[in-house]
Amino acid sequence: MTSDNQSNEIAPLTDPGIPAHLHRKSDLDPKAAKKAERQVGILFIISALGTILFIYSYTFMSEKIFIFLPVLGNSNAKQLFLGLGMAISLFFIGMGAVHWAKTLMPDNEVVAQRHELRSEEVDREDFVKTVKEGAAAAGLGRRSIIKRTLGVALGLSGLTPLLLLRDLGPLPKDDFSKTSWEAGTRLVTDPGDRPIKPSDLEIGAVAQVLPELPAGKERKLEDIGKDAVLLIRIRPAEFQLDAERLSWTHEGIIAFSKICSHMGCAVALYEQTTKHLLCPCHQSTYDVTRAAKVIFGPSARPLPQLALALDAEGYLVAKQPFTEPVGPSFWERDSS
Amino acid sequence: MNFISRYRRSKFFGPALLAAALFVLGTSYSVASATTFKAVTPSNDKTTLIAEGKEIFARGCSSCHGLNLEGGAIAPSLIGVGAASVDFQVGTGRMPMADMSVQAARKDPIYNEAETAALAAYVASLAPGPAAIRNEDLAWERSGDAAEGGQLFRSNCSMCHNFAGQGGALSQGKYAPSLMGVEAKHIYEALITGPQSMPVFSDKIITPAEKLSIIKWIKAAESEPNLGGASLGRTGPVTEGLLSWSLGIMALIGVAVWITAKAK
Amino acid sequence: MSKSERVAGTVANYVDERTGAAKWLKKNLNKVFPDHWSFMLGEIALYSFIILLLTGTFLTFWYDPSMQEVEYEGSYQPLSGLKMSAAYASTLHISFDIRGGLLMRQIHHWAALLFMVAIVVHLLRVFFTGAFRKPREFNWILGIGLLTLGIVEGFLGYSLPDDLLSGTGIRIAEAIIQAIPVVGSYLAYFVFGGPFPGEVFIPRIYTVHILLLPGIFLALITAHLMLVWYQKHTQYPGPGRTEKNVVGYPLMPVYMAKAGGFFFIVFGFTAFLGAVASINPIWLFGPYTPAQITAGSQPDWYMGWLDGLVRMAPPLETHAFGHTISWNILIPALIIPGILFTGMALYPFIESWMTGDKREHHLLDRPRNAPNRTALGAMSLTFVLVTLLNGGNDLLATHFGLTINQIMWFSRIGVLVLPPIAFVITKRICLSLQRSDRELVLHGKETGRLVMLPHGEFIEIHEELSPEKKWTLTAHEQLPPLEIAQENQAGVRNPKGLRAKLQQYASKSHQEQIEKPSAKDVLELGDGRH
Repeated sequence: MTSDNQSNEIAPLTDPGIPAHLHRKSDLDPKAAKKAERQVGILFIISALGTILFIYSYTFMSEKIFIFLPVLGNSNAKQLFLGLGMAISLFFIGMGAVHWAKTLMPDNEVVAQRHELRSEEVDREDFVKTVKEGAAAAGLGRRSIIKRTLGVALGLSGLTPLLLLRDLGPLPKDDFSKTSWEAGTRLVTDPGDRPIKPSDLEIGAVAQVLPELPAGKERKLEDIGKDAVLLIRIRPAEFQLDAERLSWTHEGIIAFSKICSHMGCAVALYEQTTKHLLCPCHQSTYDVTRAAKVIFGPSARPLPQLALALDAEGYLVAKQPFTEPVGPSFWERDSS
Repeated sequence: MNFISRYRRSKFFGPALLAAALFVLGTSYSVASATTFKAVTPSNDKTTLIAEGKEIFARGCSSCHGLNLEGGAIAPSLIGVGAASVDFQVGTGRMPMADMSVQAARKDPIYNEAETAALAAYVASLAPGPAAIRNEDLAWERSGDAAEGGQLFRSNCSMCHNFAGQGGALSQGKYAPSLMGVEAKHIYEALITGPQSMPVFSDKIITPAEKLSIIKWIKAAESEPNLGGASLGRTGPVTEGLLSWSLGIMALIGVAVWITAKAK
Repeated sequence: MSKSERVAGTVANYVDERTGAAKWLKKNLNKVFPDHWSFMLGEIALYSFIILLLTGTFLTFWYDPSMQEVEYEGSYQPLSGLKMSAAYASTLHISFDIRGGLLMRQIHHWAALLFMVAIVVHLLRVFFTGAFRKPREFNWILGIGLLTLGIVEGFLGYSLPDDLLSGTGIRIAEAIIQAIPVVGSYLAYFVFGGPFPGEVFIPRIYTVHILLLPGIFLALITAHLMLVWYQKHTQYPGPGRTEKNVVGYPLMPVYMAKAGGFFFIVFGFTAFLGAVASINPIWLFGPYTPAQITAGSQPDWYMGWLDGLVRMAPPLETHAFGHTISWNILIPALIIPGILFTGMALYPFIESWMTGDKREHHLLDRPRNAPNRTALGAMSLTFVLVTLLNGGNDLLATHFGLTINQIMWFSRIGVLVLPPIAFVITKRICLSLQRSDRELVLHGKETGRLVMLPHGEFIEIHEELSPEKKWTLTAHEQLPPLEIAQENQAGVRNPKGLRAKLQQYASKSHQEQIEKPSAKDVLELGDGRH
């Protein structure tokens, strides 16, 4: 159907052919050519000066010099001149070469013929024949046992590299659902590791907290990535919580997992006036007074709330572990 | 208007006209919104200070915050906010507010230092609250630890104010302001009073010594020269991307045009 | 014979006697390349890649791909004494204790950004001029592959310093892996060697970043270039340029000097950027820990559109039978990019299906002469632009007095509404431009000079176009839409039914054109004054 289409083409205008070659000044006037040559030379010399600037800056310039420049501000002279030296050195080699090519190398346009990529009909037929003969000689079509077993073998062998990757990591088991928070774990400041009493927090105050470490244990980033908690104190009357969630707070102090339930960033952007928590990564917004209900953005779940209690010494502790996995969703998560 | 008609057909005419119009609009707006206040010269005596503060308050603040600091429909109560809060809000020019936008912006203070002190004394005299801080009392240069301050800053501040204290967006048009050029005492006062959207950072959570470290880090970031060249606003990869799409590729395309243009 | 000519002769002789390459070299050194600025965009990408290899090698001499915790003792005071990963500490070491180290880091990063910019701009040129048509479909697919790999490679490199910003990026990448149904949590554990962030991630991506991906890049780029070489470059329509020839300059010496010179210019310019503009100041970000975050957490621009998509996603999750599927992650981070890239890769075949055109094309289209394609391109660009803007919504909000909520809603609606509008507008513009081309060819160019005719009428003098210009404006061919039989003679519906209908519709839409002037039209008009 395509070949029919072309016959519909209207009579085209005539192609006037490649326009006549226009000579450059440097082609006609030896003086202009000489001038162009000098220009190229100057460009190469500027490049050489750039290299010298580079060497000088590298070897002799102190790191401690700062110079003030418009736009750049107060800049480190060594870094600046090293870079400028290198830039000049390279840039003007290029400028010189291009200027040389443009003014002094032949600029006659050349026409080369294209050849259709498709091979000659004879070659194509030969090729098809060769493939057919080869296939016939190998007998793949006839020997079905070979064909099938080869398929099985090849398919199975693909498992080898996959299996070899198995030891890249352990199985997750129920890791995603566990944090270091246990009933009675003290909340301590991050950084500082100081336990917190309710009286330490004024109304409107926040604290970034982590679980207290058992003696002799080091804090790993993997743990922080699940344990980080944000402590917020508001007026108790402002809570709109059900009885259970309200019992998880203490005198207006409420604790949420700081790991965003969307993609795991630290949700620590607390607006005191609106009582909203905002995640700076994707702008999910949570309402603190309503148990971190999502009020804007892509997150689909509230932040898990940590139940609070006081220990014998009056410090804030977790009443119980988190009742749901913290952080982003995963297939095995039972969110219903 | 003869010259306008002469250049009207130039391709630069449209953009130039637009720029001129914007300039006129911008300057007239800033002239219009600037307001002048009569200066008062309060004395040092405590009771006269309070009395003068009361007078300034009645004149400049009471229409929104009420004659007895009780607050109103558009302004919060100031009972118990303390001198620190007044010193921060008035000293950074946030109060009195110029317009009723989502939040008070930092601007040139309208009351001078003495007037601010009088206002603070008056507000503090009615109900106790955190006391104002003097720059001299903050020994951040001597006792602060910038590295520790940086850690604290990244844990407690950078989520709103950005990694280098340049400020950032909050929800519904509110924003965390830039911390560049803010006086040490105002940073300290903000930490203990929690102005506007900012929460309070109690002394037991971030100790006074740690607060000094935070100030030291902010000051270090503020005075840090541009170690790698133009800072591009210190706002992360967005401006870098903009530069690579504007100057970056445009300059190289310009060179490509030059390379392929036929020499004369 | 000058001395240098003698030396050249000796070298050529030496090489040929040992390789017999004279015949092949002779042919290829005279290879003709058409000259146009837009043909150098791919070169920018190629040269950026070479710059990346060179500067990257320099960086590996000091970079330590380890997440081992160390205490920083280098010369950058505001971090001194802090605990951090060896990767971050060694990046600080390169920046502040190796002369020229910061410069090399900055050149490397700027070159990476420019690499991606150049790839995209090159892709746009190829798309809008129809250079992907037969026989270049494979090269188009190779190019899409390079673009995809470039995004991955860039993201991995951005992650290597293990600073607060890039750590946040990896955290998000982990969440995406974790969200994959059924196998997500297992995959995440395999990739990170256990819980996030673990201690193996940086060394692993280092190997991928400096060995595996650059290797694949080299192979693909070589194939990409060999195909360009073998198939010969396309050219713009113009006098003397046909489907059967290629008009330009020979490789030796003009093109070699220009291309070689351009490499130095690109390198020099990137060094200039590295000297004057700070990029990725990781010392300000601080070391990564999962409990910290910064306002304005953004990826590099080539990931920005993805981030913008994720930000605008509706809060959808399916909770059923004890399992969770996060549509709010899967749709923006995997499904839409998957559709976009697959669609892009298949476009040459889709277009050829729409036009029914299976012939070779070496003459490029002017974008206006393929209105449907140009409109599709504008539509996709609008989509990406809206998502990209939303990726920077927090900065837009603070700098232009807007709210992130407004921008988010604008993007959520705009991403669906604006692309179709862009399609319609672009197509109209293309057709108008075709109409104006037709006018130009038939009636010449308006000169702005008014002349009073003897009987008092004023007319504007129109200057006739040169034959070259006329030819350039009319050299393209205009195919009529396909005519696909919807039913056969017996009245039985075409067995391909719906597909045939769709193809018919697509073809009609694709071939919408303003008829170009024919030789007859021009003749009838005579002197061109009207």
